[in-house]
Amino acid sequence: MQHLTNRAILINRNPMTLAERLYVPAIAKGLKVTVSHIFKKKATVSYPEEKRPFAPVFRGLHVLNRDEEGRERCTACGLCAVACPAEAITMEAAERKPEEAHLYREEKYAAKYEINMLRCIFCGFCEEACPKDAIYLSETVMPSNYSRRSMIYKKDDLLIPHPKKQEDNK
Amino acid sequence: MSDTPKFKVTIDNITVEVPAGTTILNAARLIGGDVTPPAMCYYSKLENSGGKCRTCLVEVSKGSEKDPRPMPKLVASCRTTVMDGMEVKNITSERVIDARKGVVEFLLINHPLDCPVCDQAGECDLQDLSYEHGSEQSRLDFPKRTFEPEDIGPNIQLHMNRCIMCYRCVFTAEQLTQRREHGVLERGWDSQISTYLNKALDNEFIGNIIDVCPVGALTDKTFRFKQRVWFTKPMDAHRDCPTCSGKVRLWFRGEEVFRVTGRKDKWGEVEEFICNTCRFDKKRASDWVIEGPTKVNRHSVISQNHYRGAVEAQKELIREIIGKEPKMLLDIHTVSDVNRPEIHLSEIHGPSHSNDFLPNQKLEGQRKLEVGKK
Repeated sequence: MQHLTNRAILINRNPMTLAERLYVPAIAKGLKVTVSHIFKKKATVSYPEEKRPFAPVFRGLHVLNRDEEGRERCTACGLCAVACPAEAITMEAAERKPEEAHLYREEKYAAKYEINMLRCIFCGFCEEACPKDAIYLSETVMPSNYSRRSMIYKKDDLLIPHPKKQEDNK
Repeated sequence: MSDTPKFKVTIDNITVEVPAGTTILNAARLIGGDVTPPAMCYYSKLENSGGKCRTCLVEVSKGSEKDPRPMPKLVASCRTTVMDGMEVKNITSERVIDARKGVVEFLLINHPLDCPVCDQAGECDLQDLSYEHGSEQSRLDFPKRTFEPEDIGPNIQLHMNRCIMCYRCVFTAEQLTQRREHGVLERGWDSQISTYLNKALDNEFIGNIIDVCPVGALTDKTFRFKQRVWFTKPMDAHRDCPTCSGKVRLWFRGEEVFRVTGRKDKWGEVEEFICNTCRFDKKRASDWVIEGPTKVNRHSVISQNHYRGAVEAQKELIREIIGKEPKMLLDIHTVSDVNRPEIHLSEIHGPSHSNDFLPNQKLEGQRKLEVGKK
């Protein structure tokens, strides 16, 4: 028989010898592996009592950032959406009214901002593309949910809490 | 034309024969490609334009056949005519590359870094130029020049902070309209494009100043903040217009026409100027005869996420493989607030505001019930 590659391993298909047919050495060999694992360090942790540390590059759930005064940083420039390989991000922009100056940092802001978490692959390209430091991937594991509808994260789900309002609550 | 003598000119070692009186820039455009110097102020359709921005500087290493001395300084190629036997260096000259970098730095001195907000981003000449020739860092320690926002009418938005003083819009108004109502006021650092004492620009052809503007200083108010340029898809279309040729480019998002512009050629210049009615008032696809999608350079951001010749999955095949009808588990429009069918952003005159996005009560209620536990 001709092999396509030289990596093929030929299997010995000769009938088993008496020693092999007894199976005892094979069982002992298997038990040795099993028993040796009892003395090894456990590979699992008892979550949620115990938590593993995150890697410094961990990319979790997205957050939309605010500045020191609590104004939204996002200007709906669309760079995250165009960088997104999964096409998970959509948005609609609006012009800021004069009385809304305390809410939004720039003249233009994202009136609607949505991330489809069913599509998101957590690559972090949106974070890299953002020129306004507005979107970050946090150290929170994306929570699971029972319905698909609730996996469409809207702006309210993504925005971090207002820094001043949070102080008032304390 | 037959009696005008032909001159041989060599640009970056490529020889081309052009009629006498042609500028170096136009000779280079005949060759095309990387050899062509960039131009921010020169516009071939406008008389007297050019000579202001200095981005088209080239080195003339041999003046002509009769006088082979090189020109001592770099010359503006849009204003210098060719001589017989002239040799020009553009990208092959270190001096030109260095000078262009300096010019870009000068142009960017007062240009704000507000590309994320600017509607021109994605089709901006200055953005392309600084990407290609500029440095990443600004060396300016002083505050940038700023102006009070000025209202110049219901259709055109003026952002004086972004202006690079190319004078293209002034020439457009001068040469296309009966009476020019805007121009450059003040001098030097303070010079600004303005109407004299808050007039509105209302000429039927004044909308063309949006197309000729190389930066985002003059933008379309009816398109303001509606969509980013790269999310819209350009289509060539025409209509029977009594005032202009009616040949335009429509910028679609889904079925909606978000913007109408003139057709720009590969040098970023409009082929034919269009009237305000076509530009601002005909925002429905039914107003136009659509010729087909515009050919967009593959490397342009406008071609991002626009798939041409995409092959859809065969419905029959899916059914065969899974052995049943494929079931849609989630219709995104039942959840999403973006691109809602009852809100037509393209029909709002001017930018949309917070009150244009009133929450969909039905959607919100349903969502609260389901997501409440999150």
